[in-house]
Amino acid sequence: MDRIQAVLARRAERPLVIPFVTAGFPEPGATVPVVCAMGAAGADMIEIGIPFSDPLADGPTIQAASETALAGGMTLRGVLTVVREVRLSPEMDDVPLLLMGYCNPLLRYGLAEFVRDAADAGVDGLIVPDLPPEEAQELSALCQPVGLSLVFLIAPNTSRERIGTIDSCSTDFSYCVSITGVTGASGAGGDSTVEFLQRVGEVASKPFVVGFGIKNASDVKRLGPHAAGVVVGSALIDRLAVAADRVSVAVEFVGELVAAARSCGRRD
Amino acid sequence: MGDRDGYFGEFGGRYVPETLIPALNELEQAYRSAKSDEAFLLRLEDLLRDYAGRPTPLYFAERFSEEVGAAVWLKREDLLHTGAHKINNTIGQVLLALRMGKRRIIAETGAGQHGVATATVAARFGLECVVYMGEEDIERQALNVFRMQMLGADVVPVSSGSKTLKDATNEAIRDWVTNVATTFYVIGSVVGPDPYPRMVRDFHRVIGRELRGQHMEVSAKPPTHLVACVGGGSNAIGFFYDWIDVGPRLIGVEAAGEGVQTDRHAATLTKGSPGVLHGARSLLLQDADGQVQLAHSVSAGLDYPGVGPEHAWLNAQDKAEYVSVTDAEAVEAFHWLARVEGIIPALESAHAVAHVRNMAATGLSADDRLVICLSGRGDKDVAAVAARSGATGHG
Ligand SMILES: Cc1ncc(COP(=O)(O)O)c(C=O)c1O
Repeated sequence: MDRIQAVLARRAERPLVIPFVTAGFPEPGATVPVVCAMGAAGADMIEIGIPFSDPLADGPTIQAASETALAGGMTLRGVLTVVREVRLSPEMDDVPLLLMGYCNPLLRYGLAEFVRDAADAGVDGLIVPDLPPEEAQELSALCQPVGLSLVFLIAPNTSRERIGTIDSCSTDFSYCVSITGVTGASGAGGDSTVEFLQRVGEVASKPFVVGFGIKNASDVKRLGPHAAGVVVGSALIDRLAVAADRVSVAVEFVGELVAAARSCGRRD
Repeated sequence: MGDRDGYFGEFGGRYVPETLIPALNELEQAYRSAKSDEAFLLRLEDLLRDYAGRPTPLYFAERFSEEVGAAVWLKREDLLHTGAHKINNTIGQVLLALRMGKRRIIAETGAGQHGVATATVAARFGLECVVYMGEEDIERQALNVFRMQMLGADVVPVSSGSKTLKDATNEAIRDWVTNVATTFYVIGSVVGPDPYPRMVRDFHRVIGRELRGQHMEVSAKPPTHLVACVGGGSNAIGFFYDWIDVGPRLIGVEAAGEGVQTDRHAATLTKGSPGVLHGARSLLLQDADGQVQLAHSVSAGLDYPGVGPEHAWLNAQDKAEYVSVTDAEAVEAFHWLARVEGIIPALESAHAVAHVRNMAATGLSADDRLVICLSGRGDKDVAAVAARSGATGHG
């Protein structure tokens, strides 16, 4: 069974914890140790952000992280090198790695070449926030034969019918955007997010995770029971930005999130 | 044309976060129904006539013609309310916003001309208006910032990225993603996700359409060349559209900044490569890693690393040709037109004027009949040009 399916099978025990870090933030060498440490600390999957000059779905934290990463020389090729290095670590053998990035760098790299190199490096899935299913046919066709999982986004204003379409386009699971807004926004843990996730649950045949603006253990406790997993990005990056020891800060934060997820208990 | 599915050949599309897809569908529907609604079209026509000042004159530029040895007319968009073609589009989009019941308007602006045109029409209809503007442009275009504020708009400085139009556009899109239920995003050029490029084009088509009747009145033969500056490409596409495949050569003039051989220019169609920016696939200025590069032009309205997808398509099919003009040539043409015709053009429009002068240098024939889209007036640029002239010792 592939890594993503194996991890998704565990979702009945507790909601999955999926941290997000921007590759190359705050410096080129920072990402590999942080990712490996988070995997060891119990992160179920890890999203690695590909920095882009014009991240229009991102709030100030990830915008700034992308700018810093680019200024430090991170490139898409560099991101794939990060993935290869992470895969050298035996404790990361089973942890799915997802790349999240805007489509222009992928197009520039060449979609076919990128998909081939990403799969080869050990990437398990892709999230491309500015590529709705209508524009993703070519990428889907390329990902399928090499087993790269495509994750499409569902928003709170997505119609019921369209939720069904997106669910069927996503390979293994979809990603629910907690609020109409950008990453790091406030208001993710509210009633309307819970109602939204319940609505998705009525339609979707595949699992779905939730992200954008999930800040802490209490958000995980609130939303975890309604999704297969929770993605935490800006809140982690905010901590890394001011950390003296980034690895221990990441380990501690992921530990808190995993504990909160455990407290949600089994659901089936 | 390739309007089906929101594509122009391989260019266009909707490369946006999922949250905007329902909003774009809603906009598409509203636009489609408005286009065939007699009452909407009449209201638009009334406002274009009595509020904006259409039709704009087609002016025979006599001394200009003598100087270049061919007949030259200027399509006087500079005489419109707020001083540029931009208001054709903002009236159209704000009427659509009203039709859709959205009472909060947002826009991005570079030079401030689109911001002023949006703030103006929002004021006219009593709508809330927020304009995103890069910090760098706020400094360069202080006069337009005051104008927008006077019109009741909230001008929000954008400090991310390059602090110019590209980043102001990102920020406007982020606002729209966040406030999508209540907000109408008035895009300032023929860029962005479908349906914006074709919708904005349609609101500017009046420029080229008026020219048909006007030119027939003054000349038995149709024009041989239509020349317009291209930033995002809205004045050019509005000017060209009804003349595609009809006869005249269609020439778009981009900003070569300090030269297309340097890295300080905005000549997207000449030097760009295919990619996705601000929701559409088109040509753009980017590095080997697919990061969008900074554009440069003395004219803030042309200082954009992307271009409308329909221009990329016209270019690919050779239905229009695209050339570029440097900062120095544009500034020179700015001074020149002021003295020869008593018209101070916007620096953007001065690029089109400069190109016609360049054409004259390599040979225009006495039978040539050129029409330049004079997209805006130059009051906003006088201070910047004066400062530059001081620096370079120009007259
Ligand atoms: C007078 C004038 N002309 C041209 C432009 C460029 O825009 P577009 O290429 O969309 O016509 C601008 C943009 O601000 C402008 O103010």
